Amino acid sequence: MIDFEPIYLTLKLALTTTFILLVVGLPLAYWLAYSKTKSKVFVEAIVSLPLVLPPSVLGFYLLIAFSPENAFGKFLDNYFDIRLVFTFTGLVISSVLYSLPFMVQPVQSGFKSISKSLIDASYTLGKSKLQTVFHVLLPNMKTALITGIVLSFAHTIGEFGVVLMVGGSIPGETKVVSIAVFDEVTAMNYHDANVYSAILLAFSFIVLLSVYSINHRFSKISPLP
Amino acid sequence: MIHFKISKKLQSASGEMTLDLDFQIKEQEFVTLYGASGSGKTTTLQLLSGLIHPDEGFIKVNGNVWLDTKSKINLSPQKRKIGYVFQDYALFPNMTVRENLTFALEKGQDKTIVDDLLQTMELVSLQHQKPHQLSGGQQQRAALARALVRKPDILLLDEPLSAIDAEMRLKLQDYLLQAHRKYELTTILVSHDIAEIYKLSDQVIIIENGSITKKGSPSEVFSSHSNSGKFQFIGEILKIEKENFIYIVSVLIGTNIVKVIAMEEEIQNLTIGEKIVVSSKAFNPILSKLS
Repeated sequence: MIDFEPIYLTLKLALTTTFILLVVGLPLAYWLAYSKTKSKVFVEAIVSLPLVLPPSVLGFYLLIAFSPENAFGKFLDNYFDIRLVFTFTGLVISSVLYSLPFMVQPVQSGFKSISKSLIDASYTLGKSKLQTVFHVLLPNMKTALITGIVLSFAHTIGEFGVVLMVGGSIPGETKVVSIAVFDEVTAMNYHDANVYSAILLAFSFIVLLSVYSINHRFSKISPLP
Repeated sequence: MIHFKISKKLQSASGEMTLDLDFQIKEQEFVTLYGASGSGKTTTLQLLSGLIHPDEGFIKVNGNVWLDTKSKINLSPQKRKIGYVFQDYALFPNMTVRENLTFALEKGQDKTIVDDLLQTMELVSLQHQKPHQLSGGQQQRAALARALVRKPDILLLDEPLSAIDAEMRLKLQDYLLQAHRKYELTTILVSHDIAEIYKLSDQVIIIENGSITKKGSPSEVFSSHSNSGKFQFIGEILKIEKENFIYIVSVLIGTNIVKVIAMEEEIQNLTIGEKIVVSSKAFNPILSKLS
């Protein structure tokens, strides 16, 4: 009988990460889409780093930063009694950084795809920037939002390197499905590794399938010419 | 009374250009901005609505200062009471026609204006449709209705009729005039169509390369030699035919084709497709009743 704890933990990690990414990623994407500051290219490059960096490199630096031996980790430990290495909280923070581009990039291009005159129209009708975001922009970029949410969720489920470096494999705390597969294989327990892998495979396929079919349906409803 | 005095450097297709305008508009006047594309007409509307900022300038509307770069006053577009009809109408695709209008309501504003406007613009039967289900003319009416919800001080129209076929355009011009009078608006229109300008405007401002070259009533501005013709129409030349010693020019006026006799000297500078004034002096019109 396989242990369901890693599956539960994976879902919890992915949901928490996606929720935080929505809260953090939307304003960041908005700023990147509309700001005229030249320095935004630096932020764009930093946000996209996880796309090209090996997860082990990101994980390594996060491990160093979170370690209570070093300044940042020591600060958190002394003042807030928070430890990020080998804890679920640490995993969430790492996952947020690791999946950031998967939320920010689709949402940013979603913002950019909206005609400038819709925004101008909303302003001339007396609506504030915030009202415009919630009533005009977001409802007209559902495809981009769904893509961002699903990709962040799926990418968090599929991560391995960062989780291994920052979280290790503590059952019930940091042992997610991808780590469990690795553990079972190293223990020569191929049956359980197969079950975990099959679950991940089926789940990821279904997620992607639903994104593509939803996007297909939305794009059929043609926007204004 | 609107006083508009603005200067702004622009990057246009033909290099750098300075938009330098100074004009006044009386309350409830219908004014048209006319000029080649790239001459700064749309920019003028955007400056007036606060969507872009000038390098230097002053805007005062009905006694309220909207912009004064000297004393650092610059009201946001939200605080300037304007109705703006965009060239692409900019209806919100996620909302129905009715929702587009109710979205524009101010907090605590009386909602009856929405029904009133839907009726005036003959949109009642279409009110629950989404913008993509409407024709160009219907979208245009919806955009016009939405722009009027807040009872704006000024109505700005950025070539709203350019993408609509001729017949529909005539009808929409009537809607425009009707709204202009009913809601006692001060209206500024950007247009290329001289016939439309004649029909709608009290004042025309011609902008060339960022500055005003001519200002006045349509007939003052567009007819080079002033004639005191009692009857005059704007039309488009369709055909010029030679018949013995004279020429017959077919002119499209509204939806009617009128044939006018012309001498060789007269047709010298006429070309097919050109807009002309057909006028008649010193004759007695005969009135006869339609049976």
